[in-house]
Amino acid sequence: MASNEDSIRLEVTRYRPDGDSEPQLQEYDVPLRREWTVLDGLNHVKDEVDTTLSFRWSCRMGICGSCGMNVDGEPKLTCATFLSDYAPGPIRVEPLSNFPIIRDLVVDIDDFMQKLPKVSPWIIRDDDVTEIDGEYLQTPEELDAYKQFSMCINCMLCYAACPVYGLDPEFMGPAAIALAERYDLDSRDHGARERLDVLIEHEGVWGCTFVGECTTVCPKHVDPAGAIQRYKLKAAKENVKAFVLPRFLQ
Amino acid sequence: MTTPDVTEPRVHRPTMSTWWWTKKRSYFVFVMRELSSFFIAWFVAFLLVLVAAVGRGDAAYQDFLDWAAAPWMVAINLIAFAFLVLHVVTWFSLTPKAMDVRIRGEKAPAAVIIASQYVGLAVVSAFVLWLVTR
Amino acid sequence: MSTVAHPPLKRRIEPLVWLMFSGGGVMAAVFLPVLVFLFAFAFPLDWISPPDHEHLAAVVGNPLTFLFLLGMFVVLLVHSAHRFRYTLYDGLQIKSKRITAVLCYGVAAIGALAAFVVLLTAA
Repeated sequence: MASNEDSIRLEVTRYRPDGDSEPQLQEYDVPLRREWTVLDGLNHVKDEVDTTLSFRWSCRMGICGSCGMNVDGEPKLTCATFLSDYAPGPIRVEPLSNFPIIRDLVVDIDDFMQKLPKVSPWIIRDDDVTEIDGEYLQTPEELDAYKQFSMCINCMLCYAACPVYGLDPEFMGPAAIALAERYDLDSRDHGARERLDVLIEHEGVWGCTFVGECTTVCPKHVDPAGAIQRYKLKAAKENVKAFVLPRFLQ
Repeated sequence: MTTPDVTEPRVHRPTMSTWWWTKKRSYFVFVMRELSSFFIAWFVAFLLVLVAAVGRGDAAYQDFLDWAAAPWMVAINLIAFAFLVLHVVTWFSLTPKAMDVRIRGEKAPAAVIIASQYVGLAVVSAFVLWLVTR
Repeated sequence: MSTVAHPPLKRRIEPLVWLMFSGGGVMAAVFLPVLVFLFAFAFPLDWISPPDHEHLAAVVGNPLTFLFLLGMFVVLLVHSAHRFRYTLYDGLQIKSKRITAVLCYGVAAIGALAAFVVLLTAA
């Protein structure tokens, strides 16, 4: 590294499953360039300093959702988090909280991958319309109803920020519920009832205590916290109906 | 720790410390907000003592007022009132997120929903003041 | 509206408790501040001269007040129990879910019964 160049220290979690019993911190000095993100810093380490460092990344433009890590304790997309915002450092780079650590900064996301399909995050139709019959048309207002929730990139920063998920892994969690809401609000979808059957269960929406951090950390400005509270109201209304209305009216 | 399995990679499962909520301001405010529930139950008990005293007659009512004026009672009630204020402020500010209020089809701005709740609080407070002191 | 026949929705207790919790949160935010201000501070400390006993007894004795106060106390207690239960679980990581739930809602139920008896005796 050129001596006249500013540098910044990264304190990076290392965990090698074949040797370490506990994760440890390792320090690396990386060039502090104005246009460099934390991910650029990690890639510099990987290319120039220590090829054994493991982390996930792909698109470098905040859309693939694979480079989420805790940066100074806050869940962040490292490709959208600039080193200069943390100058003079050091910057603590850790794997996302609430997930098992496989190696270094790589976490096990199986739990989320198993939960996601449970809320059927796709369009469900109860008619026989296929694409051969034409497109499903939508007005701008109908698009607007769910558009915010469709921005989710499954980066799981919200799960890392959610203490309820950390304490009770049974909880369905912010992104899955926000995505259920995304399809419930879609005018082309008829699957609200299927999703309700899943989310009205105890592990569905009821564990959420509205900490609100999922919304705060979302890099795509989705509002899972709001979606969950609104879903509670929706589920409660349906439930009251199930108690008071005769079966044939439900 | 179990013995390492040759085929299964060993993953590290981090645990949350009991004091996780002291490490970040927003988590701390959250737990304090939830703790306000304890003081709301306290005020229910306090108001029930008042109702019981009123039911037992004028002397019991005067005793209640003296009891409530004792310094230690005032101290407890001050702490409890601080938590009640935290409940009011957080409850009102979270309502626009929890409810999709629409005015003529348009999504109502959060500031309007929050402000209207404070107006409601003021109206109710004025009514209760009028009812008990008229 | 779906045209596919679904079996009736399973009835769950969580949504009903949550509705009462929310109702209690609204009542606590709107009615408690003024009641506490008056009866915990303003009247005992003589900031405002306290209403005489006769008037208060008339207010408490009104059937409308009885119904309102009973409803308010019940939802306030459910609100407290529900939140406190999660405070124990989240804040202190007391993992015995069933015991904390039974304790919290149990105390609320006893409190609701006590409120009913106190209000009935006072009316």
